[in-house]
Amino acid sequence: MDEILLEYLPILIFLGIAIVIAGICVGASYVVAQQRPDVAKTSAYECGFDAFDDARRQFDVRFYLVAILFIIFDLEIAFLFPWAISLGDIGLYGFWSMMVFLGVLTIGFIYEWRKGALEWE
Amino acid sequence: MTEIPNMVPVIPEIFVAVIGMALLMLGVFQKAADDATEVKTAHLVSRLGMISLVLTMMLVATVAGSTFNTFSGMFVSDPFAVYFKILILFASALTLAISHNYMENQGIARFEYTVLVIFATLGMMIMISASNLMSLYLGLEMQSLSLYVIATFNRDDERSTEAGLKYFVLGAVASGMLLYGSSLVYGFSGTTDFQMLGNMFDGDHAPDASLGLIVGIVFILAGLSFKVSAVPFHMWTPDVYEGAPTPVTAFFSVGPKIAAIALFIRVMVGPFGDLVQHWQQIIVLISVASMLLGAFAAINQTNIKRMMAYSSIGHVGYALIGLVVANEAGVRGIMIYMAVYLFMNIGAFACILTMRRAGRMVEKISDLSGLSKTHPMVAAALAIFMFSMAGIPPLAGFFSKLYIFFAAVESGFFALAIIGVLSSVVGAFYYLRIIKVVYFDPPDETLDTPIDRNLGYVIFGTALIVVLFFAFPGIIIDGASAAAAAMFTK
Repeated sequence: MDEILLEYLPILIFLGIAIVIAGICVGASYVVAQQRPDVAKTSAYECGFDAFDDARRQFDVRFYLVAILFIIFDLEIAFLFPWAISLGDIGLYGFWSMMVFLGVLTIGFIYEWRKGALEWE
Repeated sequence: MTEIPNMVPVIPEIFVAVIGMALLMLGVFQKAADDATEVKTAHLVSRLGMISLVLTMMLVATVAGSTFNTFSGMFVSDPFAVYFKILILFASALTLAISHNYMENQGIARFEYTVLVIFATLGMMIMISASNLMSLYLGLEMQSLSLYVIATFNRDDERSTEAGLKYFVLGAVASGMLLYGSSLVYGFSGTTDFQMLGNMFDGDHAPDASLGLIVGIVFILAGLSFKVSAVPFHMWTPDVYEGAPTPVTAFFSVGPKIAAIALFIRVMVGPFGDLVQHWQQIIVLISVASMLLGAFAAINQTNIKRMMAYSSIGHVGYALIGLVVANEAGVRGIMIYMAVYLFMNIGAFACILTMRRAGRMVEKISDLSGLSKTHPMVAAALAIFMFSMAGIPPLAGFFSKLYIFFAAVESGFFALAIIGVLSSVVGAFYYLRIIKVVYFDPPDETLDTPIDRNLGYVIFGTALIVVLFFAFPGIIIDGASAAAAAMFTK
């Protein structure tokens, strides 16, 4: 049991270092930097909206469109990672499978481009 | 190194996928300067789509014959799959044919419609050929996601968007149930492969099935019941059928339903075939409830699309009798039933699509009054379809019910057969009422003449098939027999 836990020791160390560095960054900005707060700086960042506002306000449907289009290509990256790591084992067949997958995605991309979904105006 | 799988059995699917993408590119690269060019593009893509679906049918027929397993057992091409794929391709091609002018008249002619129908068809073909819980889900989702979009294709219409949203939410619930069931089955058996699941429980090992696995099967069953809109998972059907554009409703009532029934058979009879005593009573309940609800709930409807929705629920109930029997005769009965159902339903919807008054679509049953005077041919065809759905000899609908009831009686399910016959007597009331409205009610306002040519061809062709089925039953019945036999030889 202890041996298994020992394998996770680097993660614990990493976690500790991360907390320390993050703490230093936040703390140092209070100590070292000059503070000139205004409304925009102190409010929570919420993609251009007021953070504490009526949730039923109308806003542009294009936000959804951008988000959806982003998700698709974001997921594609998620598929690319395991593929890249195992490429040595899966050979040419694996390589071309991913190429076909990317080709299909490219067709989707061309479609959204030509449809003007990427233009804000 | 991974071995390259045998691509030959998948050629039809690859072809459909490539065609779908090619049509998408073709459509999007046409300059959409104004509405007229958009309509032209939509028509071009729709024609090409129809041609390629017919070509796919030929491709499917060429890989027919023997059983191929490929992609590490994820995909199977056997006579069963080939039979259902041809039905699906018929459904999609006929849908495109009857959509052609409707979309233009409603001002929603866009080429994406054809592309989505083709992708839905691809999803259904994968569903039918699935031999693993994962490829099953993949196909099902591909089909469903395309269908959610075409349900709401008339996006400026409140009812259409409502239909799409309802379909999406409830379809997502169904997919969730199916996935949960699949995960339970995987957890309790250690495999998602149909063949391995089947071997695990064959013969003497059937009692080994753990309770968790049975629960998983029940969840899968519930998910599939949603997709075939069987009672008690039918609630979405009337609303979605009423709200969706009429050709889309026609497609919903045949394509996805036939594919889901095929999947139902594939999953229940294939991997879980030896556990029949565990799931049989559930299907009995679903089947009886669907038949009765389909018969009684349709009586009160005034909207013809809603009535067809309840009618389709009833038809699923009859088809599921074949699954209760769970032998070769039963599966053959379902296959014949679905083929006949396809043609009479598409035909009936093509008749509904002719119901226009001053250029606007009307959908009330009372609007059909006087159809026999203004459109004698359409009225005759509608009468044929309604008689056939009611199961009156010598029309095709009679024989399809006959095979199902025979299978039930042969295996000793007398109660089921009696309930089926009785509910089809009740159902005959509302089918015959339409004929009464068409032939005997005085018209208040007449419907537009002449009807669209494409609709005329589809109505004529499907009516011919329904009428002449008794003379040449061999084509469908032989195919169904061979396919059903293949399902039961291991």
